[in-house]
Amino acid sequence: MTEAHLTGAFTSGTTMIRGHDGAQIEAYTALVDDPAPRGGVVVIHHMPGYDDATKEIVRRFGHLGFNAVMPNLYWHDAPGAAPDDAAATGRAKGGVPDDRLIGDVSGAADFLRALPNSNGKLGVIGYCSGGRQSVLAACSLPFDAAVDCYGAFVTGDPSGIEGMPKNLVTPLYDKLPDLRCPLLGLFGADDRYPSPDQVAELEQLLAKYGKSFESHSYEGAGHAFFMVERASFRPEAAKDGWARIKAFFSQHLSA
Amino acid sequence: MCTYITEKIDVTGSGKGSEGWFPLTEATVYFDHPVHATAEHTLNVDLRNPGRGPGARVAVELTADAARALAEAILRTLDAVPADLLDPSQGSQSQAA
Repeated sequence: MTEAHLTGAFTSGTTMIRGHDGAQIEAYTALVDDPAPRGGVVVIHHMPGYDDATKEIVRRFGHLGFNAVMPNLYWHDAPGAAPDDAAATGRAKGGVPDDRLIGDVSGAADFLRALPNSNGKLGVIGYCSGGRQSVLAACSLPFDAAVDCYGAFVTGDPSGIEGMPKNLVTPLYDKLPDLRCPLLGLFGADDRYPSPDQVAELEQLLAKYGKSFESHSYEGAGHAFFMVERASFRPEAAKDGWARIKAFFSQHLSA
Repeated sequence: MCTYITEKIDVTGSGKGSEGWFPLTEATVYFDHPVHATAEHTLNVDLRNPGRGPGARVAVELTADAARALAEAILRTLDAVPADLLDPSQGSQSQAA
């Protein structure tokens, strides 16, 4: 056991990685100093962007002993801009296209896989819009485990919502048969998007397709219960959720 | 949830951002997760000038009640203005004078 492992040391910071179409994009990393092989996690930020709260999540994975990387999904829209300004620019352009998301997550996975202490096992996790994107990535790329934290429109038809533009975000019904790895879903029972019915539909579909799906819905929690700086934060759900994430990735990302 | 709904309109005017005043060209309006406010969802407005870069932005994140009250206050204010002051040609006439 190395000294670095004994101290739990990891290094966090900003780097550039290869993203969609070979473009260089910004990413935030937490890289474990211990040379012993370990799994890696791609973290997908929520729609407000590549922010302090999600960087804290990346560091938490470093603390848990995983290498982690979060691509800045709005870098293409506003390279070098402040993250909130970049998110506003991306938002004005209609959000993150699905094909670009897959390209950026694929680049982030390649970055993790190339680390000298990678054991070759990779997970993906996303929050809110990133929850849907995590499932999308796990249906499109070779991950070993995926976590969906309250992602809306994995199931459920957004076109039925008044005011929702058509085709801006599409549910993943046609992708779910291609899910390549076990999925952990963490949801708030009071959430409307995804609603308990939409979560139940996801459970039924993945069972029908023979996919491994571990799903937990927390009573008294709504959307974004992991977000510590928001009124939506629910400490009991967040503590239990983090314990389940740790156990899930430890199980599926060990060599 | 992320609503994914964004309204975008062209605007004319000026805003004061992190580097001082600049001309505005567009506004985006959406009800979604905020960057800074603590409410789960807020009515967010970005007053922007993309031609001057992503940082040319004035941003607000308002609770739904506050946003509605602001919108109504704007309309009340405009409704109380004499019609000839709202004439688009009035501004150019004044400048010419």
